[in-house]
Amino acid sequence: MKKLWWKILAIVLLVYVHIGGLLFAVPRLRIHETIRSLYFHVPMWFGMTFMFLISFVYAVRYLRTSSKEDDIRSVEFANVGLAFGTLGMLTGMVWAHYAWGLFWHGDPKQVGAAIALLVYLAYFVLRASFENQEQRARLSAVYNIFAFASLIPLIFIIPRLYSSMHPGDDGNPAFNAYDLDGRMRLVFYPAVIGWFFMGLWITSLRIRYRNINEKISETEL
Amino acid sequence: MKKLVYLVLLVLSGTAVQAQDFEMADVMRSNGQIYVVVAIILIVLCGLFAFLFMLERKIRRIENKLDNKK
Repeated sequence: MKKLWWKILAIVLLVYVHIGGLLFAVPRLRIHETIRSLYFHVPMWFGMTFMFLISFVYAVRYLRTSSKEDDIRSVEFANVGLAFGTLGMLTGMVWAHYAWGLFWHGDPKQVGAAIALLVYLAYFVLRASFENQEQRARLSAVYNIFAFASLIPLIFIIPRLYSSMHPGDDGNPAFNAYDLDGRMRLVFYPAVIGWFFMGLWITSLRIRYRNINEKISETEL
Repeated sequence: MKKLVYLVLLVLSGTAVQAQDFEMADVMRSNGQIYVVVAIILIVLCGLFAFLFMLERKIRRIENKLDNKK
């Protein structure tokens, strides 16, 4: 995780995405230039999903190993995932205000995503309510597994069952209406990869900070 | 061969008609204003990357300090 190459990769990809996302040609659609928001809005949700997935994996691993480090990793990935999700929600609302006329429409995809974020918010509330470190780690790992299990229907299944103004009713919720256009993929996929590595980078810094904190409190005891 | 030419023309005219359908920020692109926006966004982005690198360096220093103490 301390290697340099993937941080450079994240930077190169994101610089490319911000140039290409603003300059490259896009299909001329009813939402005009705002289609470019797809390059910045959708990768937030991809990033959130990846971060929550990794958090879930470490939660499962904690239950098998009971190691404090796995607990810390699980929490920090959930933390950064929540940050991604919040950004996805805010950017989505701004875009919705332009494309649909209102910030909040109660659209199935908006509501599903909001519930998913609240479920993960509750994860942190749950963690904060324990004094005992081991109890907190164990119960929150179990909750994390349920949270991830609820994320899948909330984000990927339920929104597909109801009609929605959000693109992609018939398949991928993110970009089905536009993915015929290969030009957009050239920017979109690098954006997803770039933000994913960016998320890993920020998470790794947070994990290292937490580990230092742990070491200091151990030496103090 | 003639059919093929017609087909190509048809496809091209189709895309041309589609291109006129919705108004895009073509002026902003043609007169170069967009490059100013891109440059500014890139500066902000690079600033953030530099910030992350410096933060990482600080964390590494404390890690080394802790390891040396043991």
